[in-house]
Amino acid sequence: MATTTLVPARVGYRSSIYEWLTTTDHKKIGALYLTSSLIFFLLGGLQALGIRSQLAFPDQALVDHGTYNEYFTIHGTTMIFLFAMPILSGLANYIVPLQLGAADMAFPRINALGFWLVPMGGLMIYSSYFFGGAAVGWTGYVPLSDGNFGPGTGQGVDLWIVGLIVLGASSILGAVNFLATIFKLRAPGLTMWRLPIFVWTVLVTQTLALFAIPVFTTALALLFIDRNFTHGAFLNPAVGGNAVLWQHMFWFFGHPEVYIMILPAMGVISEVVPVFSRKPLFGYKAFIGATIAIGLLAFGVWAHHMFATGAVYLPFFSLLTGLIGVPTGIKFFNWLATMWRGQLNLATPMLFAIGFLALFLIGGLDGALLAAVPFDYDVTDTYWVVAHLHYVLFGGTAMGVFAGIYYWFPKMSGRLLDERLGRLHWLLLMIGVNLAFFPQHLLGLDGMPRRISTYPASSGWGPLNLASTIGAFTIAAGVAVFFVNILVSLRSGEPAGDDPWDGTTLEWATTSPPPPYNFESVPPVRSERPLFDLKHRPAVAALAPVPAAPADGEAGA
Amino acid sequence: MTAEAGRLEQRPAAEAPNEGHEGSAEIRTGAHPVAGGTDTTILGVLLFIASEAMFFAGLFAAYFTLRTKATTWPPGDIHLDLPLAAALTVVLVSSSFTMEGAVRAIQAGDRRRMVRWLSVTLGLGLLFLAGQLYDYATLDFSFSSGVYGAAFFTMTGFHGAHVAGGVVAMFAMLGRASQGQFTARHHAAVVGVSAYWHFVDLIWVALFSTLYLLR
Repeated sequence: MATTTLVPARVGYRSSIYEWLTTTDHKKIGALYLTSSLIFFLLGGLQALGIRSQLAFPDQALVDHGTYNEYFTIHGTTMIFLFAMPILSGLANYIVPLQLGAADMAFPRINALGFWLVPMGGLMIYSSYFFGGAAVGWTGYVPLSDGNFGPGTGQGVDLWIVGLIVLGASSILGAVNFLATIFKLRAPGLTMWRLPIFVWTVLVTQTLALFAIPVFTTALALLFIDRNFTHGAFLNPAVGGNAVLWQHMFWFFGHPEVYIMILPAMGVISEVVPVFSRKPLFGYKAFIGATIAIGLLAFGVWAHHMFATGAVYLPFFSLLTGLIGVPTGIKFFNWLATMWRGQLNLATPMLFAIGFLALFLIGGLDGALLAAVPFDYDVTDTYWVVAHLHYVLFGGTAMGVFAGIYYWFPKMSGRLLDERLGRLHWLLLMIGVNLAFFPQHLLGLDGMPRRISTYPASSGWGPLNLASTIGAFTIAAGVAVFFVNILVSLRSGEPAGDDPWDGTTLEWATTSPPPPYNFESVPPVRSERPLFDLKHRPAVAALAPVPAAPADGEAGA
Repeated sequence: MTAEAGRLEQRPAAEAPNEGHEGSAEIRTGAHPVAGGTDTTILGVLLFIASEAMFFAGLFAAYFTLRTKATTWPPGDIHLDLPLAAALTVVLVSSSFTMEGAVRAIQAGDRRRMVRWLSVTLGLGLLFLAGQLYDYATLDFSFSSGVYGAAFFTMTGFHGAHVAGGVVAMFAMLGRASQGQFTARHHAAVVGVSAYWHFVDLIWVALFSTLYLLR
């Protein structure tokens, strides 16, 4: 019916298990996304510690080789599909409707479905451990993944494939929902050129997801069919298939996927840096243009993952990959120029934002080097690549996620996270990430291949590996501090008030936590910083607030 | 429920933007719609169709990759039933026109005529599926007979599954219509289903051209 009216049984954030299981409130679904992602973050982290323990010293046999292969497969799959993507979806789920001045997402029930598919897919992927394991790497290259090549390539891989298809369906539903929400549910006055940067990055990210993930679904479907029905007809050259086809389809998805994981983190940083520098973002439109440029280039660079196959046109992909450095560089100038002569407030969200800038810069420069074909030939499938991707995904995505959690936790819970624990968390991560991943550059240059389960003492790789392992455990300590901080602050954190950081976007205009309907009335929007206008521009503040006009997004048909 | 009652009950919010909302804690799904432009439901369907287009683009890319590597294509022992496929193409393309008839009927507020056109479309969809199953049963090659069989059955199979999805959606629309839903101004779901149906039709035309005409 057109005007669905729901009267909440009681107003408040905490509610019974039944309400959590059946909720269609974007804030609760956002919280569910965050919780599930953090649980999978712990699981993925435990497997990382298993990997690093095994590699701490040469010639070790803490875990057998097959189990080791399962660890790095499921570690990668978990961190990408069950941590990075869903936790960014969780932040976006919670924050985007608030920043738009909307009451919910466009399709609340599809939103709930999208979330519940995540633990389902996660269960399938993890159940591979009990069905012979999936030891094919997160990239699942054929021919290793195509048919049964011994331990870890049997039934477990089928579960891994289907789990990933389920997670892909979740992401596609999310993309449809986010795009419809951003296009249709903006508050009056909130034009596209006044959207918060975080919303813009989510917009570009979800567009990438909408176009990239279905191709991955195709690839996974072909792999599944090959394994179970057609005996390699698609992907096994021995039967007339094409093994490089998998790599093309995988990376046609896989490279936009990198930006799906980094752009929203950049969006978080672009919310945090201006607020904690007491300045508007420098070059708002240039930043949006750079985001769109990265989104477009993302679809033209996939084969730089395949230079070493000899089956791709090198100059084209090398050039386009190098070009991505330009919009990324623009963003670094945006952030630095925003901080320049700003009144810096080095609270925890800002510390993580600065950590992002430092670590992501290293990861980005690594990436620019990898765009050069001769260098790429030299380090393909070595620990250099492992170092690069962890600087980007831990130094970039995870630091951005932590910045976002420290920034918005007060809005979600009504309480501030503890600053002292937060600083300790940040310090341990900054030390841990550099200690864990910087030595891997040197190991890669020295020729240590990725994904090996042990190495001889004569290789001389022992000391750097030990340093890397100590770094991994330092990260684990930092993450432990983070979880303690969350649990302690949820119970007894300092009350935050509605607007603890003196924010400028609409989410700070409502209470902390927001009521189920988000806004009684939405402030007038006349710029990309509506709350700043309300506080400091009398002409705007004198305008009447807009009543939170109801209209339905979904049930209207 | 009479048509008039259904119409009143489904009065869109735009007619009464602030009704019953002053100072109350009522919540409604969604918030301010951006004035004008595509209906949110239809936009959602179109975005979903975009993702589906990419899924099929992946299948076509795989098909052409395999085809370029093959020496003879299709292999000599493969025999396709061109007359049957051409007949099925006529069936599915006609169903796009009958679907358009259903949309125009409801745009004119004539729900009974919409139900008739939709039923015809549904029948054509079922006919297509039956024809495809008959084709599968009588072809002289199978899913597991080499690269061509794998490609043929995977592509037509995924397309057939999408046709079946469209048929289910049409059943849902008929069910809702029988409860008195859909009016001249309130029929976004019907438009969404029709957009999806046209898309499935378009994919078939591309498949038919690729598998039967280009060879």
